[in-house]
Amino acid sequence: MNIKPSRLTLCGNWVLERFPLAKVWNDHMAHYYAPKNFNFWYFFGSLALLVLVNQFVTGILLTMNYKPDAKLAFDSVEYIMRDVNWGWLVRYMHSTGASAFFIVIYLHMFRGLLYGSFKQPRELVWIFGMLLFVALMAEAFMGYLLPWGQMSYWGAQVIISLFSAIPVIGDELSLWVRGDYVVSDATLNRFFAFHVIAVPLVLVLLVFMHIVALHEVGSNNPDGIDIKKSKDPWGHPVDGIPFHPYYTVKDVVGVAVFLLFFATVIFYMPEMGGYFLEAANFIPADPMKTPEHIAPVWYFTPFYSILRAIPDKFAGVIGMGGAIVVLFLLPWLDRGKVKSIRYRGGIYKKALMLFVISFIALGYLGTQPVTPLATTMARIFTAIYFGFFLLMPIYTRWEKFKPVPNHLTLDPSLEEKIPALIALWNEVTEMKSIETDKGAVIKRRFNVEGTKHVLIRFAKYLKESLD
Amino acid sequence: MIDERVDKSKRQFLTTALTVVGAVGSGYLAVPFLSQMQPSVKAMAAGAPVEVDISKIEEGQLIRVAWRGKPVWVLQRSPEVLKTLTTLDGELRDPQSMESSQPELSKNPARSLKPEIFVAVGLCTHLGCSPTFRPEVAPHDLGENWKGGFFCPCHGSWFDLAGRVYKGVPAPTNLEVPPYRYVNDTQIIIGEAEGKIA
Repeated sequence: MNIKPSRLTLCGNWVLERFPLAKVWNDHMAHYYAPKNFNFWYFFGSLALLVLVNQFVTGILLTMNYKPDAKLAFDSVEYIMRDVNWGWLVRYMHSTGASAFFIVIYLHMFRGLLYGSFKQPRELVWIFGMLLFVALMAEAFMGYLLPWGQMSYWGAQVIISLFSAIPVIGDELSLWVRGDYVVSDATLNRFFAFHVIAVPLVLVLLVFMHIVALHEVGSNNPDGIDIKKSKDPWGHPVDGIPFHPYYTVKDVVGVAVFLLFFATVIFYMPEMGGYFLEAANFIPADPMKTPEHIAPVWYFTPFYSILRAIPDKFAGVIGMGGAIVVLFLLPWLDRGKVKSIRYRGGIYKKALMLFVISFIALGYLGTQPVTPLATTMARIFTAIYFGFFLLMPIYTRWEKFKPVPNHLTLDPSLEEKIPALIALWNEVTEMKSIETDKGAVIKRRFNVEGTKHVLIRFAKYLKESLD
Repeated sequence: MIDERVDKSKRQFLTTALTVVGAVGSGYLAVPFLSQMQPSVKAMAAGAPVEVDISKIEEGQLIRVAWRGKPVWVLQRSPEVLKTLTTLDGELRDPQSMESSQPELSKNPARSLKPEIFVAVGLCTHLGCSPTFRPEVAPHDLGENWKGGFFCPCHGSWFDLAGRVYKGVPAPTNLEVPPYRYVNDTQIIIGEAEGKIA
């Protein structure tokens, strides 16, 4: 019996005969097999995409009321905040989105360091990702000039002056970037053009290339194993599951949790104590006076600290640029044969720990005023930052690896963890009879002796893991 | 592509020729595209000289004037300040202003036409922040070695009250001194050098 296809199906078929929609969907979603043990760290790629969409939508809405003119810009932002319907919401979504973008991207990059996602054969995935990071920094920097506040103005003045440190062509180059002898209307207008058209197009292109490169070689996983090595009779990886519906559904959970935090910031702390929107930026730009304390937005402060730590103009700029360039070289600096930190030697774990500490410390120092002590600290952490990368070819050779399993390992589920958690609870607490005015009552009390055992066991485990 | 009995050298020639012509064409097109980002004629014309009345500046007082969109400082220095300046040479990177930018007539230890009036572009030679005027000696936040001068809040560069940079800070050279001249004892023009109309 033949069922007559519905009109809708016929329409669908008409399109599919002319456009490979189903093929693209299958190649990248329904038949794209991803390792089945993705954990928490694997949320941030899809979240970055979500934030990108947020920036596009809110950004387009903002351009409808914003005026890229040195005389009008500051007031037009205030106009958006006060008089445009829901303007405050759109603007806060955009400004908070910028910071959220960097939080998500930094965690996404850290995932790469944890599980060796930058290593062969994913070098190009990493390179495209790094190019995305650089384009994102350019986008954020140029966007920050647009409100034309004090911090916008002097931040742009400093960053454009970085170009003037380049020998021979430096002064001409920074003049060309500004389009005037100082940061002015010409600079604001061109930054607007770059921010709303040029860089977003580059971002979209790079996201496309990042994903195409990833789907060509396949996703890495927390065990750092190639899942394509063992396939079932139908040619699918045994350790893989289709991205859709398994990971689309998982990512929806990630999105929900992310939006919870995102909305909390937008509605209750949109300036984030001066970290997302700086106090000095609520004063219109004044070319005559630099604010007493200028600092870039938090996501640039690690690199800004490196710039400040080096007491020479050109070397400082080289150091700052070098801090980003070394990241590009990571796939070739790391000589370790094993991808995932789970099976890597203690030396890499320690090095990564030092790197994370120095990155956060540099970020903190970059928000603080210059003092002799802060400068010394920044120099030490700068040395560690570069040490992590530049000494990598040496120390990764000494690494003692643990045996890597052939198949993915699965973390125990929450239900499977319950007995162990109960045992732990019983160890750190004890039942005690307590005298009250109503007589003796047995109550659960904190057990010092038991807690000590647990802590010692944890310390031993940590030491073993780091050796 | 069908390769049978094809003279590939002709194909190769055409490909190369087209590539070269295309590259030259794009090169020519790049000139207007890139140079339209240079300062416009209007921006270049905006550098008119500025007249400043210095009769009302008190000793130790600093005033700011805008010249070409940049802050320019005019500072009246006391004899004690001028005396201190002569003792600092050992701590400075370029005490004789050999590598710094100033008009020939201001290339002296006090970096000015008349020692008591100091004129400078108020932008740090490091990355262009405007340093803060800190004339007091040994303030709490800057420490005991501070003899009065300009402190850049952005990256911590130190300058003395002649705009000369200290050693061991990020700024490479002394603060720029703009061309300026005295119209009479109470008026200066910033943007015009002594002796000629710029």
